[in-house]
Amino acid sequence: MNETLVRKIMAATQNGLPVCDRPYQVIANQLEISESELLHVMENMMSQGLIRRIGLVPNHYALGYRFNLMTVWDVNDNDIQSLGRKVGQLTFVSHCYQRPRKTPDWNYNLFAMVHGRSEEQVAQQVAAIKQLLGPACRDMAQLNSVKILKKTGLRIR
Amino acid sequence: MCSHRTSSHQSTLQQQKVELTEFEKRLINCYQGDFPLTSEPFQSMAEVLKTTSEKVQETLVDLLDRGVLTRFGPLYNIEKVDGVFSLCALKVPTQRFDEVAEQVNSFTEVAHNYQRDHEWNMWFVLAAESEQALTKVFNQITNSTGCPSLNLPKQTEFFVGLKFEA
Repeated sequence: MNETLVRKIMAATQNGLPVCDRPYQVIANQLEISESELLHVMENMMSQGLIRRIGLVPNHYALGYRFNLMTVWDVNDNDIQSLGRKVGQLTFVSHCYQRPRKTPDWNYNLFAMVHGRSEEQVAQQVAAIKQLLGPACRDMAQLNSVKILKKTGLRIR
Repeated sequence: MCSHRTSSHQSTLQQQKVELTEFEKRLINCYQGDFPLTSEPFQSMAEVLKTTSEKVQETLVDLLDRGVLTRFGPLYNIEKVDGVFSLCALKVPTQRFDEVAEQVNSFTEVAHNYQRDHEWNMWFVLAAESEQALTKVFNQITNSTGCPSLNLPKQTEFFVGLKFEA
């Protein structure tokens, strides 16, 4: 794939697509390529995982998902691959990663962001993860966001 | 284990849930992932939703205007083209919190920064062009703030996604 074109497409669409009958045509015109070329390259970008998805991005607070919690878990290293995948498959988990421990300051190696509409719902979600991890999990912590200090997003430069 | 949310959480992050029509809910629930990659995407959506392209477009503009949607379009896995990223944390003394937040935010490499209710109370994402550049910025932040710090780049990505039900 033409990397310059890919970057141009990303830069032209990172704020979203225009709302009109033929949004891809509008972007293609800006990039001085044909609509069919744009669609073709974007299909390739999807199959390579460069585009995760195309769709509507809700403001989850407006949909009532007010309880967004970072949960961190100290999981047996031997089990983390299989258990991490399972936690990632839970419907309420939006991001799930293995990250390094920094012993003794930080012993948690599994991160899962969970989202719910009530405190009770989030507590049930945390309990469900705990149950799924079982004895492979030694410890966990919940880190609520108190305040957004900066949010510029990740931008194509 | 942490305490639960505080009043400052309520005031800074809470937003009223909005009322949505059945049509708006269907639109949001059906198209968080599968927006058509075709010449006339709104026409294809209209056929599925048994309405007109105009109605789909009007509703979408209205949802964007009301802030129910933040945007619509492709979501990129930016790491595949643009540099390296890491989640980092600082343990900041309460009395120095605002000053340190300002210091940390002044680095252009800091993309997001959140206060969290934990002894590791400041969590931010660093974005840089290379591992080396990222480590350098991380060390600068550690030295200039004088706070204990964690650099936690991801080792495995198990899942990134989630569709919110309207």
